[in-house]
Amino acid sequence: MSSAFLQYLFSGMTVGAIYALAGLGFSIIYNASHVINFAQGEFIMIGAMATVSLVGLGVPLILAILLAIAATVAVGLAVARFAVAPARGAPVVTLIIITIGASIFLRGVAQVLWGKSFHSLPSFSGDTPFVIGGATLLPQSLWVLATTLAIIAGLAWFFGHTLYGKAMLATSCNRLAAQLVGIKVSGVLLAAFALAALLGAAGGIVIAPITFTSADAGIMLGLKGFTAAVLGGLGNGVGAILGGLLVGIAEAMGAGYLSSAYKDAIAFVIILLVLFFLPNGLLGRPGTERV
Amino acid sequence: MTGLKTWAVRYGGLAVLAVIIAVLPGFLRNAYTYDIAINAGFNAIVCVGLNLLVGYAGQISLGHAAFLGLGAYASGILTTRYGWSPLMALAAGAVGVGALAYALAKPVLRLKGHFLAMATLGIGIIIAIVLNTESWLTGGSDGLVVGDFELAGWVLSGEKPWYWVVGGLLLLSVWATRNLIDSPIGRALRALHGSEVGAEVAGIDTARYKVLVFVLSAVMAAVVGSLFAHYANMITPSKAGFMKSIELVTMVVFGGMASTFGAVFGAAVLTVLPQVLTAFEDYETMVLGAIMMGTMIFMPRGLLVTVADAVRGRRQP
Repeated sequence: MSSAFLQYLFSGMTVGAIYALAGLGFSIIYNASHVINFAQGEFIMIGAMATVSLVGLGVPLILAILLAIAATVAVGLAVARFAVAPARGAPVVTLIIITIGASIFLRGVAQVLWGKSFHSLPSFSGDTPFVIGGATLLPQSLWVLATTLAIIAGLAWFFGHTLYGKAMLATSCNRLAAQLVGIKVSGVLLAAFALAALLGAAGGIVIAPITFTSADAGIMLGLKGFTAAVLGGLGNGVGAILGGLLVGIAEAMGAGYLSSAYKDAIAFVIILLVLFFLPNGLLGRPGTERV
Repeated sequence: MTGLKTWAVRYGGLAVLAVIIAVLPGFLRNAYTYDIAINAGFNAIVCVGLNLLVGYAGQISLGHAAFLGLGAYASGILTTRYGWSPLMALAAGAVGVGALAYALAKPVLRLKGHFLAMATLGIGIIIAIVLNTESWLTGGSDGLVVGDFELAGWVLSGEKPWYWVVGGLLLLSVWATRNLIDSPIGRALRALHGSEVGAEVAGIDTARYKVLVFVLSAVMAAVVGSLFAHYANMITPSKAGFMKSIELVTMVVFGGMASTFGAVFGAAVLTVLPQVLTAFEDYETMVLGAIMMGTMIFMPRGLLVTVADAVRGRRQP
């Protein structure tokens, strides 16, 4: 393996991990409510920007991270409660416009709070890279991968072994039946948004030292997370993780070997090919329409 | 009496629109206000076409600005770099975009809901990135300077002549789409919106009608793009970008889906509003997002349709 290839693989996996977390956020909300939350990218941005400004105020990094995550979860809950919940059962177009409206609103608030300039966080544990096979790997990349793995393990435990997790899964399988056995389905919507906001914020914070962040950073990150979710099969958790890594790696390879100007187009070319030829994604099952 | 009533239903709205367009210049004091009115007209024509797709056929497109951009760049590139006449360039842009939309329509319109949104969004973003990157042809992010629109030695320039041209085209497009909606095609589209499978069972070739409105709305956007390029004398890739696509869909839903006048109203309000909001510049994005959410939550059928129904005293469903 050439060192260039390895280098692209490392950077692709790092970014791909963030797309995977965003994709998981899309999937969790989609499963709970059949809503595509276009504000997912803004959760990533808010997590990163809030941490940057708290650190700038002199708050220790760990505390800043926890506060930023808490703030993002609060924003997620507010979006669910005040924007999505009142429009339950509305047509898909309406819900798409509402969540896009929410994302534009949050971006607007971020522009007022933090301006339009780019910000950066210091790395968590230095910038001395590891050299592996001629390619360099930043310590921060390991933080990103480790955080992602920890979150995935946590989610697997949550959905597999806790009552709340199982209640969420039950609601995504059959909302009415879940309600009949006593699950509070309106709480599930809030929980899904809180969880998705947490995933987004955590991803945004760990990647912030590598890629700069700004009030507008959420748009592309969110859309690529959506791509990851659709690529893996919308609503499929493992699919979203695979999709995120695939998009990230394809992007890094494409930027390295083909053209860096078209880096942002690669994710969308992949998704179009998948939608045209495998409309249910890599791991999704075909759906049926009731008349 | 019944004849008059039928006439009022069929042409009343059109007559009101014509009167508004005719009277409006009395209130437009300077080039700046004319410019806003012209831009509102351009947006309204695109929205009338997009509404056929989104409002009547129920198919979302989050990439329509790309067709607008392609029309604009076809005109810009063919007239400035290859010396084509503006009319020929406009026609070539319209035919080219029509062909592209036709080729894309079959695979894209097989998709539904979120997948359709994702696909149209992806196509839009890819086209915007190409326009931004191929700067040898398009001028890249700096944009492209385009000359005036000329036809047989007559040069279309200045706000007032453009106002009447855009106003006339808006009336024409509203009249044409209203006729289309009242035709068997319009009824087929509405059936398709209600239930695609149901429409198919009733013998409607849904795929054909979806392709038809997709191509039609794309061509309308391309023609507006061409004219806009000549009017503004300048085009940038942002005209084809994701945010412009979102803006167009928002205009359609804001006024009221499946209402041609709702689309015109939405386009007018949302073109004027940012100009008013420049007063509190920093909050512009925030207010736009709040309006999008608020309209959809409290008036999911759009402002004009909700108000019109309330005036008629109809009970909300």
